[in-house]
Amino acid sequence: MNTAGQKENKRQPLSEQKTPDAIQVKGLTVAYDDFILMKDVSFEVKEKEIFIIMGASGSGKSTLLKILTGLKAPAKGTVLIGGIDFWRSNSKVQKNIMSKNGILYQSGALFSSMTLAENIALPLQQYSDFSQKEIDELVHLKLALVGLEGFGDFYPSEISGGMKKRAGLARALALDPKIVYFDEPSAGLDPISSRLLDDLIIQINQNLGTTIVVVTHELESIFTIGTNSIFLDEELRTVTAQGNPRDLLRNPPNEKVRHFLTRTAGENEKNSK
Amino acid sequence: MKMEQAATRQIRYSLSESGLLEISFQGDFLHYEHLEELEEIQKLPETPLLKKIILKGEGIQKWDSTLLVILYDLAQKAGEKKIPVKTDNLPEGIQNLLNLALTVKRRPPETEEKKESFLTRWGEETLNKYAALKKGAAFTGTAFKSIGRFFTSSVVMRPVDFLFALQDCGYKALPIVAVISFMVGLIFGFVGSMQLKLFGAQIYVASLVAIAMVRVMGAVMTGIIMAGRTGASYAATIGTMQVNEEVDALKTMGIPVTDFLLLPRMLALMLTMPLLTVFSDLFGIMGGSVVGIFLLDLSPVEYWNYSINALNLKNFLIGVFHGFVFGCVIALCGCYYGIYCGKDADSVGKATTNAVVASIVWIIICTAIITVFCEVFGI
Repeated sequence: MNTAGQKENKRQPLSEQKTPDAIQVKGLTVAYDDFILMKDVSFEVKEKEIFIIMGASGSGKSTLLKILTGLKAPAKGTVLIGGIDFWRSNSKVQKNIMSKNGILYQSGALFSSMTLAENIALPLQQYSDFSQKEIDELVHLKLALVGLEGFGDFYPSEISGGMKKRAGLARALALDPKIVYFDEPSAGLDPISSRLLDDLIIQINQNLGTTIVVVTHELESIFTIGTNSIFLDEELRTVTAQGNPRDLLRNPPNEKVRHFLTRTAGENEKNSK
Repeated sequence: MKMEQAATRQIRYSLSESGLLEISFQGDFLHYEHLEELEEIQKLPETPLLKKIILKGEGIQKWDSTLLVILYDLAQKAGEKKIPVKTDNLPEGIQNLLNLALTVKRRPPETEEKKESFLTRWGEETLNKYAALKKGAAFTGTAFKSIGRFFTSSVVMRPVDFLFALQDCGYKALPIVAVISFMVGLIFGFVGSMQLKLFGAQIYVASLVAIAMVRVMGAVMTGIIMAGRTGASYAATIGTMQVNEEVDALKTMGIPVTDFLLLPRMLALMLTMPLLTVFSDLFGIMGGSVVGIFLLDLSPVEYWNYSINALNLKNFLIGVFHGFVFGCVIALCGCYYGIYCGKDADSVGKATTNAVVASIVWIIICTAIITVFCEVFGI
């Protein structure tokens, strides 16, 4: 699936190395009232890896992300974050775990009534003892890291979609989180901005040692950044493949995964899409 | 069989003894809408002894989707009867689109239609209403906990948000409150004067307007205005934040949504509503005085004195208390519907409407409760 100009991601999958688990999901069942969206979902995310949650539209990728980020409780199963059972912890522990996570939403989710600098400063004011001067300096640094130096006084409505995502990422990185989650980072971006964002994700992962979890169905991104992945099957409603996306492309464990990773449609897909 | 249509368009069909139906199309098929002819074509698959259909299109010149609809329906109906359909020399575009439409067998999942008795539906509706009431009560509890934290420990509230809210529901609301209250006072005065004149007691118009406005109507009118103006704005703003995932971002940052979004708005309304109520009382009395002075020939001093004499501190405080309660109600309803708004544009509209309706209903309910309470305790 190499396209022109696409660098092959040759970093060694951390799943093959002996590193502790950042996230462990065991026997997860996700339901909306009586409707079971996913069942028996189990996987591990190793520290410092870029983990992709992929699957077709409607397979429950974003819902799974909501469970990992503490926005939706699972019907059954366990989510261990840094070894702590998130959904069975009290709210104080949950809040502590959440403060160590950063999230970049599909739209950037910047607070429209605040400038970019104020957006990034908010988690710092909330969770750190830094003085205002130190916070200002940190905000400058985070903006510079995502290539938005000098845009601190801009409001979200004054910048482009790609810049909003970068600013959202700067906010997600404000507290030097251990895990950063990305919800469809490439959605709505042109190919160049999308590629730049992918590069930024790799840079953050390699230089800050941050564990990255990305929900996406963009093949370019999956092969560029992913070191490990799971595939959610919307018909079987569970994980049907796990591993490095390139390995899955070379040896797809089932037809669904092969069709997904090679961007082809089988008869089933034609009739169900 | 032959059907003649416009000079450039013809549909011919012939049925052989072996059960082969040939339908040939010729000419232009643009905006084709001859219902009688269409009905006749659609009935063709029901022809007795029919074994096969051939659609011939060598004579088709210009065409649009209306022709495709005919061919698609025909093929579908024939398919239902298990009659094979072949095509012959159809234009490439039609052939491709027809193949595309017939290849993808997509049907929405069949859902079982539940047939429930009236009692079951009524029970479910009651349970839903109970759950909504519980959710609202829990939200109110969380809101007051936030207020408690505001006075006892630290809350995550930006002072600038509070100042913006104060500005929005403070002096910016003065003109509309003044106009509406003046008109309400004028209406009270006019209606009251018509009745009081019958007894020669028109001088009591001043007392009537003053007591009604100060004790309850000033607060109620201000509440209704602010529900439509500020409550709706809260629901729309927070609802849009919900759509843009800003509320999710707050939650995942571990920032209490009630602290950050509700508290500055609620505090601002709790502060400004009593003041706006007093302002409304004044303009209501001024509206009534127009009737007293110009229709009943009372002097301004006389009218003012009668108004002041009719009032007491108790009435004034009850009015101000109404304003305070309505401020809480409007902020709670606006923020509740905003925070629990769906994730699409339509939901924001619904949240806004629900916030205004709920605010007004709760304003009336609270007025009734306070009135009964005052009556029982002789206040």
